[in-house]
Amino acid sequence: MIVRRWTRTSRLFTGGTGVVVVLLAGLPLVFGPDIVQKTTTLLIFVLLAAMWNALAGYGGLLSVGQQAFIGLGAYGTILFADLGFPPYVAMIIALVVAGALSIPISLFALRLRAAQFAIGMWVIAEAASILVRLDQNLGAGTGIALSQLYSYDPNYRQAYTFWLALALTVIFLGALFFLLRSPLGTSLQAIRDDEDAARSLGVRVAARKRLLFVLAGFGCAGAGVLIVANTLFIEPGSVFSVQWSAYMIFMVLVGGLGTFEGPILGAILLFAIQTTFTQGGPWYLVGLGATAALFALLLPRGLWGAIEERLGLRLLPVGYQVVEKKK
Amino acid sequence: MSLLQVEALDCRYGLLQAVRGVSFEVDEGETVALIGANGAGKTTLLRAIAGAHQPHAGRVTFAGADITRLPAHTRVRRGIALVPEGRRLFAGLTVEENLRVATSSRGGTRWSVQKVLDVFPFLKERLHMPAATLSGGEQQAVAIGRALMTSPRLLLLDEASLGLAPVAVDAVYRSLADVIREGTTVLLVEQDLTRALEVAGRVICMLEGRVVLEGDAGTLDRERIVSAYFGLRRAAAGGG
Amino acid sequence: MANAILQGIFLGAFYAVLACGLSLMFGVMRIINLAHGDIAVLGAYIVLVIVQGTGMSPLVGFVVALPVMIALGYVLQLTVLERALKSGLLTPLLATFGLSIVIQNLLLLKFSPDVHSLGASAGALTTESWNVFGGVTIPALGLVVLAVAVVVYGALQLYLSRTRSGWRMRATAEDPDAAELAGIDSRHVYARATAIAVAIAALGGLFLALRSVFDPVSGPTQLIFAFEAVVIGGMGSLWGTLLGGLALGVAQTLGAQLNPEYAALSGHVLFLVVLVLRFGGIRYARGGARA
Repeated sequence: MIVRRWTRTSRLFTGGTGVVVVLLAGLPLVFGPDIVQKTTTLLIFVLLAAMWNALAGYGGLLSVGQQAFIGLGAYGTILFADLGFPPYVAMIIALVVAGALSIPISLFALRLRAAQFAIGMWVIAEAASILVRLDQNLGAGTGIALSQLYSYDPNYRQAYTFWLALALTVIFLGALFFLLRSPLGTSLQAIRDDEDAARSLGVRVAARKRLLFVLAGFGCAGAGVLIVANTLFIEPGSVFSVQWSAYMIFMVLVGGLGTFEGPILGAILLFAIQTTFTQGGPWYLVGLGATAALFALLLPRGLWGAIEERLGLRLLPVGYQVVEKKK
Repeated sequence: MSLLQVEALDCRYGLLQAVRGVSFEVDEGETVALIGANGAGKTTLLRAIAGAHQPHAGRVTFAGADITRLPAHTRVRRGIALVPEGRRLFAGLTVEENLRVATSSRGGTRWSVQKVLDVFPFLKERLHMPAATLSGGEQQAVAIGRALMTSPRLLLLDEASLGLAPVAVDAVYRSLADVIREGTTVLLVEQDLTRALEVAGRVICMLEGRVVLEGDAGTLDRERIVSAYFGLRRAAAGGG
Repeated sequence: MANAILQGIFLGAFYAVLACGLSLMFGVMRIINLAHGDIAVLGAYIVLVIVQGTGMSPLVGFVVALPVMIALGYVLQLTVLERALKSGLLTPLLATFGLSIVIQNLLLLKFSPDVHSLGASAGALTTESWNVFGGVTIPALGLVVLAVAVVVYGALQLYLSRTRSGWRMRATAEDPDAAELAGIDSRHVYARATAIAVAIAALGGLFLALRSVFDPVSGPTQLIFAFEAVVIGGMGSLWGTLLGGLALGVAQTLGAQLNPEYAALSGHVLFLVVLVLRFGGIRYARGGARA
């Protein structure tokens, strides 16, 4: 018997993912800005879902306040663009600065236990939202536009935004992927399965969690940057809204908490539901909330978790397989 | 008349099997000692009888009724009370509150706070103190008292003398004598072989989740018990 | 300044009422009910419907709404929370979060996004106030809320310390396993705790409706204030939550003195400072966090 990381399925699938990314890169060359914008939204969902799953699924950290980083990334972009940086440069700077805020925040946030951490993050998001609201230069409560992008041709603007989204999604998911495959990753999965046992074996639980928290901070800041690039206009009420947490929770719970592929599935589902029910509104949200709650209660490993269990399927090689060695 | 029947009981913790195919009976009024090394499955067995652990397979019958699927608090109402290992008192509650939270069963000898104090007179001064401030022996007395307050027909004791000074253990066993005199059926887990054989009419010895020896306390010789205890020679169950 | 502190105490008493049920549920079941604020708002809407339908005073309307809310509390526990308790540590948070979204949006569907208030229907209670001395006023409603808060906390404390049912609740909170072995039905205890929590939340909703305005999405704001009160006062301590609520109220009114926009922010700052002091200290840096 040998222990293997790659199976034929995972080899095929990883290769397939590479092909998909290349194909996606060509999307703006084929389709108009409308479709490109929608696909950008899908990528934003994937990024958010993956980041929330990194926190909750692999770190056991349930945050109801990641929208803090989303909002900071978005408003950071406005801030740096107003300071004179070219818009896409401002976006990168905003991502780095907003994401870096996760480091000082982590110093005390990570000492909080489950519920305190969850709501503590929410309070930070609310506080950030209020601070932004008080700043007249950032449009106060009524919102502000990334006017620097108006001068771009819509086709180009949408394409650049899309490529940025694709790049960020690949980078953050790639980072998470390599993290999980490294010795660090094994200890993370150990933490997820039994934190006390892991700690007793010398796993530096706190450091691992900090890494995930910071990664998620940067990732969500990236999503915020993409949101303002994609929709051009933001207001505190929407970009700091706890509704983003609701979306993230839905995507990850339904897709599969603690699996790598699950959040992607959940993001695709949410995107599909959103585009179908473009009317949106209360009924749609009632459905989302109820579904998330039902999955939490009845199907905690989500759709992908159930699929994984039934079929023993692992599309991406983040785990190990014990295989009979062929003579 | 058989009060408790355990049939082919199988208890697991995940993949770990703690109790394997255990069957025995306890008659009304009997005192049975359950002995065995650590990890033999004695605590799990008691917890399964009390309803704190759901068995994987097998059946528990009490007073003629199948109670296997009943939750613990319902079994208390039927007349089964467990004094858990480690006492498990409600530390934030006073002694009196600890005694009075217990729910009373339908049958069994009627117990009251006063009666418990008759058995453990040294608790009188401690009645309104938080349970956490008591000594080990006093806490054990409260734990037994709490179980007695449910007016049980069957009293289960898990390592009642563990960690107690000999004086305290004497007090516990004196109280046990009172309880037995009232006609309560007792099934106790006890590390101290001498004590167990003194108070019990029958002995059941467990090893690695199975019953390896069963018989009258008076007739079984020490050597057989010890070898069964340590698994040196598997003795036939119920032989002379 | 003195008046600001006094008004802060009245505001804080309101927060204390909001927080009471949340604190109880946490103390007994270790659950933070993320739908707590929305349940308070739901209570406000039920009173609104009764008042609009019958013309009764909101206080009378509340008495009618109370049994409905208590029943809802039992249902909530027996359907959602009981299941959630048995699952993981995250499950109750996730399930109640989903529930929060459901309640908000069902209210939106039924009642539209407009704000409502019951202040007008309560007559003198909401309009009366007394000038005590130089700039200090005592609003009648504020005084009533403070009095009710003290009574509610006192009654709950008496229940927990003097009644057998209360002892059983404390026992189950401490050690559910041992409680079961003592014959206590933990399901009933938890259901009772949730019902009490929901009833007091509804009271909080009534006061919200009387003091100011509410709309279907007011829930999360109330939850955050309630939670801040619980944390500031010390999680797991009932009287602590009352004091925490008062502290929060005073922080907010003092902040408002500087700038009206700073009110909620001051509360958030106090909350975060308390968190840092309690959990960011050096003693936690060694040997990891305490269990």
